[in-house]
Amino acid sequence: MPVSENRLIFANIDKPGYTIDIDCYLKHGGYVELKKALTIPGPDIVADVKLSGLRGRGGAGFSCGMKWSFIDPKRNTKPVYLICNADESEPGTFKDKQIIYKDPHQLLEGMAIACYANNVHLAYIYIRGEFVLGAKILEKAIAEAKAKNFLGKNILGSGYDLEIYIHRGAGAYICGEETGLIESLEGKRPYPRIKPPYFPAVLGLYMSPTIVNNVETLCNIKHIIAMGGAAYAKLGRPNNTGTRLLCVSGDVEKPGYYEFEVGAITLGELIYDVCGGIKGGRKLKAIIPGGSSAKVLKAGERYKIKHKKPDGTMEEKEIALEDVPIDFDTLAAVGSMAGSGGIIVMDETRDMVECLANIATFYAHESCGQCTPCREGSLWMKKITSRLSEGEGHAGDVGLLKTVADNIAGKTICAFGEACAWPVQSFVTKFRDEFDAHTAGDAAAPTPAQKLEAV
Amino acid sequence: MSTNRVVDPATQTIPPEQAYPVGSPDHDHLAPPLPVGFEEQADELISHYPVSKRSATLPLLHLWQETFGYISDDGIEWIGHKLGLQPINILELVTFYPMFRQHPAGKIQIRVCRTLSCAMAGSYDLCNHFRQKCGTTENEVHGLEISPDGKYSVEFVECIASCGTAPVIMINDDFHENVTIKRADELLEKYR
Ligand SMILES: Cc1cc2nc3c(=O)[nH]c(=O)nc-3n(C[C@H](O)[C@H](O)[C@H](O)COP(=O)(O)O)c2cc1C
Ligand code: SF4
Ligand code: FES
Repeated sequence: MPVSENRLIFANIDKPGYTIDIDCYLKHGGYVELKKALTIPGPDIVADVKLSGLRGRGGAGFSCGMKWSFIDPKRNTKPVYLICNADESEPGTFKDKQIIYKDPHQLLEGMAIACYANNVHLAYIYIRGEFVLGAKILEKAIAEAKAKNFLGKNILGSGYDLEIYIHRGAGAYICGEETGLIESLEGKRPYPRIKPPYFPAVLGLYMSPTIVNNVETLCNIKHIIAMGGAAYAKLGRPNNTGTRLLCVSGDVEKPGYYEFEVGAITLGELIYDVCGGIKGGRKLKAIIPGGSSAKVLKAGERYKIKHKKPDGTMEEKEIALEDVPIDFDTLAAVGSMAGSGGIIVMDETRDMVECLANIATFYAHESCGQCTPCREGSLWMKKITSRLSEGEGHAGDVGLLKTVADNIAGKTICAFGEACAWPVQSFVTKFRDEFDAHTAGDAAAPTPAQKLEAV
Repeated sequence: MSTNRVVDPATQTIPPEQAYPVGSPDHDHLAPPLPVGFEEQADELISHYPVSKRSATLPLLHLWQETFGYISDDGIEWIGHKLGLQPINILELVTFYPMFRQHPAGKIQIRVCRTLSCAMAGSYDLCNHFRQKCGTTENEVHGLEISPDGKYSVEFVECIASCGTAPVIMINDDFHENVTIKRADELLEKYR
């Protein structure tokens, strides 16, 4: 039986007649949760978000309530800032755009509640530069919300003040990394900061505690207030609660965005039941499950995962790729990650060397250049994958490629290092024969792939 | 000219009178003709950053580029002066962020997504089609190519968050999705 969607965040998205103005939002129950939240003490909201089990939807999947509680309202003397990460640039990801363009007030409401809970009076939405219209939509929504006193001074008579401003990026992927984002917002080059401190909640914007959350994460806050943290925690699976926006692209019949409870659907069900199967009736070759940085999963792979039986005992069971439920813990257990929710599907005709060369070109272009392993390594990975895909690889290139990748991950200032190394490591390991077939001498060997013209 | 500049550690800015001491040659130089309302718009943007004016650098760069088409040396100086920063603090952003340019783009600016989902849907062919149609021949992977008459620019860009409707392009500020070659020709007709 096909699993059905559970649309919380996307409840009104694409609904006929649903518009982005505040009147429409109010007609659909908008700002009711903000009103409710303003009657609850901030720390209680933080506790409720912790109870909900909500994990960040931007990529790392870190507990949202935990992040918030790094700021101790009793000891902190500085102003606290909140930044909504609307940089959405991880290849394969297009969920935040739907919210911004089609339901902007939902984001503002979630954000306002998050700000109130953490005693934030000044917040920014860092939106990627290409969303020109998106920035205008949000600006208009902010003006509407201010006019109705959902933002601004003394919100709804509660004595609480909040200003939200839009800050546009300018085409650099690294601005999505939260400390790069903060540097960018401070008017500098977006060079990610050295850790520790590991969280901007300790030291962030203008040397003050700062909460950075993804668009989807912040929208969830509204729904946690609506149903209560305990009820929200019942959605999805233990430690993988709530719903998740999934973006499917690549070789499926019906690519698009969907919302399911976390772990309620498997990769196979998503691709075959929801997305109409692989394009042209072809066969599945590979899936990148969490944005282009996530390690690739290969058709035919089987994984051993720990599974909790109804009686509470654990058993180990083996599952096929198609049976992997889409949740944080299982995707990590099979050696990849849920990441940003961007699922890219490749069919049997795809040349994996070309696909990797395409990804490597992205990372080479986007490295900020601070760390030698990342700056130089990403360029070499592009160069080697490009010449391999053009049939001009040198003997030893495949091994060299892997060595370069192995020397980036774990040796850099920010997680971009892993983001660019993981695809290379996983593609080369899992599709070694295809890479070998591309090296000199074998270059003429026929590959099954259709020529992508993608490097 | 004073060399003893004090950088405020919290905001990392230099007070304006120290960045450009009145009477210095730099100071006299700063007078590009600005459209009516420009300065007010700039002041409004700066007011969004009550803690540090320096944060307004990106917004002012966007404003400048939207108004003048590109970031000129005058723009860099003007923004620096406005925010109490050295021109290099502005220039280093212009050279870092792909969206800023130091020369005009085409009147009709075409950006084609290059990244995986779009490439699998044919964006390389699509980009080449645009290059051919618009007469931009250079075949760099990244970088803005301008047609000889200055009417078009064509650029390959990285994922623009619309992968489910690949291939995706932007013409000026508008997104266009599922762009076939036929659709590309229709769009070129529309944006004339
Ligand atoms: C290279 C890189 C790029 C990132 N890009 C984004 C992005 O575009 N959007 C986003 O929300 N998070 C992005 N992140 C994750 C952020 O650093 C951060 O973890 C996230 O915004 C936190 O929000 P969350 O806890 O709500 O997920 C990126 C991380 C890295 C390392
Ligand atoms: S890992 Fe790469 S992107 Fe991150 S700081 Fe270092 S050079 Fe920049
Ligand atoms: S890959 Fe083209 S929009 Fe994402």
